[in-house]
Amino acid sequence: MTSSSIRLGVDIGGTFTDVVLETDGNAFSTKVLTTYSAPEIAIIDGMHQVCAKAGVHPSDIGQIIHGTTLATNALIERRGAKTALITTQGFRDVIEMRTESRFEQYDLNLNLPEPLLPRQRRYTVAERVDARGDVLIAIDRAQVEKVVEQIAGAGFESVAIGLIHSYLNDAHERLVAEVVAEKMPGAMISLSAEVSPQMREYERFNTVVANAYIKPLMKSYLGRLEGRLRDEGITCRIFLMHSGGGIMSLENAAEFPVRLVESGPAGGAVFAAHIAARYGLNKVLSFDMGGTTAKICLIKNQTPKTSRVFEVARTYRFKKGSGMPISIPVIDMVEIGAGGGSLAHVDALRQIRVGPESAGSEPGPACYGRGGDKPAVTDADLVLCRLDPDNFAGGSIPLHPARSKAALAAVVGDVLDMDATTAAFGLAEVVDENMANAARVHAVENGEDLSEYTMIAFGGAAPLHAGRLCEKLGVDRLLVPPGAGVGSAIGFLRAPISFEANRSVYMKLSDFDGDKIKSLLVELQSEAVGFVRSCDATADILSQFKVYMRYTGQGWEIPVVLGENDARAPDATRFERLFEENYTRLFGRTVQGLDVEITVWSVNATTPAEKAAAVATAKTAGAAPVAAQRQMFDPAKSDYLDTCVVRRDAMETGANIAGPAAITEDETTIIVPSSRTAIRQPDGCIDVIRKG
Amino acid sequence: MGQEHSNVAYQVMWNRLISVVEEQAQALVRTAFSTSVREAGDLSAGVYDTHGQMLAQAVTGTPGHVNAMADAVAHFIRRIGRQNIFEGDIYITNDPWEGTGHLHDITMVTPSFHNGLLVGFFACTAHIVDIGGRGFGADAASVYEEGLYIPIMKFAAGGDVDQTLVQIIRGNVRAPDQLIGDIYALATCNEIGHRRLIDMMREFGLDDLDGIAGFILENSRRATLERIAALPPGEACGEMTVDGFDTPITLRVRLTIEKDRILSDFSGTSGVDKKGINCPLVYTKAYACYGLKCAVAPEIPNNAASLAPFEVSAEANSIVHALHPAPVALRHIVGHFVPDAVYNALDKLLPGVVPAEGAGCLCNFQVSLRPRTDAPAPVDAVRSEVLTFNSGGSGARPEHDGLNATAFPSGVMTMPIEATEHAGPVIIWRKELRPDSGGAGRQRGGLGQYMEVGARDGHEFDFQAMFDRVDHPARGRRGGAPGAPTTIAQDNGTSMRGKGKQFVAHGRKVVLAFPGGAGYGDPAGRDKALVKRDLARGYISARVAASEYGLSDDDIAAVQRTLRLGEDI
Repeated sequence: MTSSSIRLGVDIGGTFTDVVLETDGNAFSTKVLTTYSAPEIAIIDGMHQVCAKAGVHPSDIGQIIHGTTLATNALIERRGAKTALITTQGFRDVIEMRTESRFEQYDLNLNLPEPLLPRQRRYTVAERVDARGDVLIAIDRAQVEKVVEQIAGAGFESVAIGLIHSYLNDAHERLVAEVVAEKMPGAMISLSAEVSPQMREYERFNTVVANAYIKPLMKSYLGRLEGRLRDEGITCRIFLMHSGGGIMSLENAAEFPVRLVESGPAGGAVFAAHIAARYGLNKVLSFDMGGTTAKICLIKNQTPKTSRVFEVARTYRFKKGSGMPISIPVIDMVEIGAGGGSLAHVDALRQIRVGPESAGSEPGPACYGRGGDKPAVTDADLVLCRLDPDNFAGGSIPLHPARSKAALAAVVGDVLDMDATTAAFGLAEVVDENMANAARVHAVENGEDLSEYTMIAFGGAAPLHAGRLCEKLGVDRLLVPPGAGVGSAIGFLRAPISFEANRSVYMKLSDFDGDKIKSLLVELQSEAVGFVRSCDATADILSQFKVYMRYTGQGWEIPVVLGENDARAPDATRFERLFEENYTRLFGRTVQGLDVEITVWSVNATTPAEKAAAVATAKTAGAAPVAAQRQMFDPAKSDYLDTCVVRRDAMETGANIAGPAAITEDETTIIVPSSRTAIRQPDGCIDVIRKG
Repeated sequence: MGQEHSNVAYQVMWNRLISVVEEQAQALVRTAFSTSVREAGDLSAGVYDTHGQMLAQAVTGTPGHVNAMADAVAHFIRRIGRQNIFEGDIYITNDPWEGTGHLHDITMVTPSFHNGLLVGFFACTAHIVDIGGRGFGADAASVYEEGLYIPIMKFAAGGDVDQTLVQIIRGNVRAPDQLIGDIYALATCNEIGHRRLIDMMREFGLDDLDGIAGFILENSRRATLERIAALPPGEACGEMTVDGFDTPITLRVRLTIEKDRILSDFSGTSGVDKKGINCPLVYTKAYACYGLKCAVAPEIPNNAASLAPFEVSAEANSIVHALHPAPVALRHIVGHFVPDAVYNALDKLLPGVVPAEGAGCLCNFQVSLRPRTDAPAPVDAVRSEVLTFNSGGSGARPEHDGLNATAFPSGVMTMPIEATEHAGPVIIWRKELRPDSGGAGRQRGGLGQYMEVGARDGHEFDFQAMFDRVDHPARGRRGGAPGAPTTIAQDNGTSMRGKGKQFVAHGRKVVLAFPGGAGYGDPAGRDKALVKRDLARGYISARVAASEYGLSDDDIAAVQRTLRLGEDI
């Protein structure tokens, strides 16, 4: 890819900016506090720290890959630009009317999230394209000019254009864009047919509006970042991680900033996929648990599962439907409000509930002793002796078990007549069950049986809970990789350059048109390859073809992967067979006698994934040195058991320890339940497997 | 480890059961064919104990199904007979009185066996688009005209599907493949629920569900009774009149709050109608319970115990207690008005909790398109049935404005117009908010919406209207103004009726304005900043800002100036 092998990964998160520098197999990492007002400051600071550790100069860096939560935050906090939408007459309120339903049916005081743009920022023009892409009402340039003059007069910085059925015929959107460019030379323009060329107007319009809304902000940030890095002597190219799990150029990111949403978690999934490749694992469940949320993703054949739509900025307890849909290629994961800081309470049904409210870092869980008086997941972990109060975060934050017990007793124990231990057990079980349920539902939606999966856990709180989660999900093997605390930033360095192009074009298999399919896929392929080529002039580029199919009359499509030959010489019988195979796998049986249709076509162009050096699984080579013994609660046994404490850095390759055990390091602790045993692998991963 | 730990285990199991039924519902959405299920979520899924008591229900779904299906499993046990229940059986019905209110809902029940013993049941319901007969609409004079009736019976016995039944169904409906596909989707969804349940029972070493059932029902009963006991006891009446088909319908309810139950008595309500807008008691009960639960105990999950203290009665052969063979296809129209009627009574006992009246029933219509017959049709003209779901505005709440174009009490979604236009040669020319339709008030009613519906060139169509509130708009509360009524006409001014099948000639469009929710409280008390915001957003016109809210000319001019700058207020 580049002449220099020194690469820098940077992940801006909500609290910390993680920076990882890799040189010929050595990695140096640091965490610095995110500098909200000028995020590039933390990056420069972190970069100098890791360069110093590695003994290199910034000018030696051969590639920088960056992911950031800034785009997501701008949407959540509504800090975007003054943006106008131009849409089809008669459809001004699509982004406000949503699905016309209530995402929480029993709350009489429910309020729906406000659209990104209030009604007066949504303008209409007379025009109409039908469901076949034919023009019903031709657009009138003079009328468009009048509307654009109004928009120009109001001083908008950014303009989104979203017209009905534009994913089939974008001529009208292009004409509007031309007029805007002419009349408003300084304004930024986003077209729905470019940002998200997919059927379903609410999702498409919302996506183009989101893109337009954050474009000025992200463009300016990326410009400043590039300038600062050049000032520091950086000469290499800068890439951005996108939500689909690949990387894109800084220029493309500035044009399509909505694709940066959730780039951090996508990096985490890529990180897990890389570990999966090292171990040759084809079915992996990645589990990332931090302070406020947990993310769960299915990784099959070392590739994270992707989706075409997801929801950002959920406003109501992470409830499905309470956010806004963004339809772009994205790594498909579930995110729930379950982290170390998630707080517990007892509801009217005398049920323990955990999250999504979080203690954050201030005041933090009760055990931090900073005034928090509600019990958090971390408090339960402490009372159950999963954490050592004197060695949390390398001893930098002393923990107070008495405060945890008091909070657990006050909020949970007294109400339910439980002692602090039982309350802690209840809290931990509820949060673990919440995560397990999210994983189960996600697996079912994808037709997967988790008992065949291996879990890869990272993020500060994950190693404490992953063992129990495996017990609940019937997962036999768990890997905890080294560097789990900066997993996303490491993941950035493993990501290929990729771009997915897709288009909604309906075709029934009874009207199968091989020539049309061929030319459509060629067109999508050249679009996708073009993006990747602009990032790398020489690399091999692989194309993956995928269509979404369903029985005519169904509403949900299933993805069907095509081979190169299917794209070059499409054959109706083979398409049908591929569909039926996939359908049977998901839902058990096919339905006889119905026509099948294709709704969405997609081509993903990507550079080859970085080769993962296969790990030769270690043979057991003696017991790990035990640093201490303590009593720790084991949920499966529902009791405190004698537990060995082992330092992770004291475990040599092959060293093993039977559960119950706690393997400690500065950032986190791996809990090995009584049902499991742990062994250190040659690459530093701790491999936790079911006994016997 | 004693009672406390088993309490923790039960907490986990209860959560798990709710997750199990959610998986069950998702499987149905993913495999269903009817748009009403897959796009609009008109479905329900739940798990029951061996006595037919509902233990948990998926949150995905709509209240009419949710609460009606709670009673259904007991009917299945009685009709099939305990001695005839075997592993591998799947039961079916679309009985309006023992299922969920009309022939268009198919309910399927699957017994769940663990180690050879019956441990419980899974049930699910879905609204299918066609069941034969006259088609979905209000025009039938009896249930016999509304379509094929499937009594409670075995769809599969010991794993073998009854092919005779399948042939009868296929021979009686307009889209047999899709209906059979939907029936299989329902069976699949119960099967997925069953598998997850057995996984859970193995994990926790359970032989039966008695313990967890007792825990769920006892906790739910106690929590619900605590809520009811905290209410002021008393009695109050509410009533509401709506359009009906040809003659107006009055819903009357006497609400009695006692220490341990809430009774809704619908005596005095209008009698059954000649047309298919009658409502079986089970569906009335479903929506009365729903309305009360929202107001009294919203966060307590639905199950046999949490629903039991809400009792409902009505006179036989009234429109809310229609008996066989009354036509009931559009029972949702009356059913969707039940919560507003109940709230009119509840507001007198529990002021400051419930909303003003809203649009109430969904604003649904079905379009039957065909090649034009008045002149030669183009060769690519086709026949097609297109059903859409749309919503007016909800009523203003004591502390919040009503929701714009959002379903209440129904829980369904609309479908994207781009998807609708792929379903057939229909053109939706307009679908957007209807300014000035929300009733004025301290809190404003939610806005209704405009729609315009036509056909692609070369087609004509029948328009099946299912609207109300043409003559009876939503009424305000505590001085709030009524919402705007429904209007319906063709684009050339030809008038149309709110209900029934009506012909629309080639080239014509149907122009619709769906009703707004009513306002809450005196409009004069509305925060001026909100009035200005509404004006800036175009939720209200300058005329209404001045006449209803007393906004001064200067203020109006100031808002209009900021508007030119695209600023929000």
